[in-house]
Amino acid sequence: MDWLKIGSALAIVMVMFLVWPAVRDSMKNKREASQHEWVSVIIPLALVALFVYFLTKMV
Amino acid sequence: MYTNEPAITRSRESVLATNKVIRNTYTLLSMTLLFSALTAGLSMTMNVGHGVSLICSLAAIGLIWLVLPRTANSSAGIFVVFGVTGLLGFGLGPILNYYLAMQGGSEIIGTALGGTGIIFLALSGYALTTRKDFSFLGGFLFVGFFVVLAAMLVNLFMDIPGLQLAISAAVILIMSGFILFDTSRIINGGETNYVLATVGLYLSIYNIFVHLLAILGSSND
Repeated sequence: MDWLKIGSALAIVMVMFLVWPAVRDSMKNKREASQHEWVSVIIPLALVALFVYFLTKMV
Repeated sequence: MYTNEPAITRSRESVLATNKVIRNTYTLLSMTLLFSALTAGLSMTMNVGHGVSLICSLAAIGLIWLVLPRTANSSAGIFVVFGVTGLLGFGLGPILNYYLAMQGGSEIIGTALGGTGIIFLALSGYALTTRKDFSFLGGFLFVGFFVVLAAMLVNLFMDIPGLQLAISAAVILIMSGFILFDTSRIINGGETNYVLATVGLYLSIYNIFVHLLAILGSSND
């Protein structure tokens, strides 16, 4: 097997281990958000998606 | 006589402390981005291979995982941040050379760079001006990122067509969410260490750039 793939898999697994404590903590201490708060996130993220789509059409 | 002066003083001190963290974070972030560009340019001229790029990424992850938590509260933390960003920048060299070899490669790299800058400035500006508390995003972003990492691991060995594009799109949206989350944490006093704040924002910018490059590269094919 390609050793670059094994190395990349190792890097991904290392990042998963690095992120795991934050995943556990954020699930334990999660704050419920109102519908208004979700809208204030969804709009800018939708604009980012639209902007990326626009960039793909540009190149 | 009743006076609320101590509360006002404390509040003013807290605002000043927050402004100091924001200023230090953005200063260090701009310096590390320039340093990354410098190391990326160096690895491009040296024409290093993908193996070296992988070793640099592994070393950067190792620094973030093992060294940064122990040095983040001291001046040594700044050197570690430069080490992490320098290594990640150096690792970008072979990727940039790959895109440069493509037809219209320099345009793709320029568009990805400009696009990343616009996304970062727009989202940071939004979080800084509205001063909204995006702490509720934490669980959603960390779980989402963990799922994407698992998908990356699967795709590495299965090579499912279209999955790489979906992963890149998901990473851009998750990292955009992280920019809102991290900036809001700085503003609302959740992050008082500018070294850790810089690393968080740098990683979001780095991932947006790399995955925007992947999307633009595949759409150009």
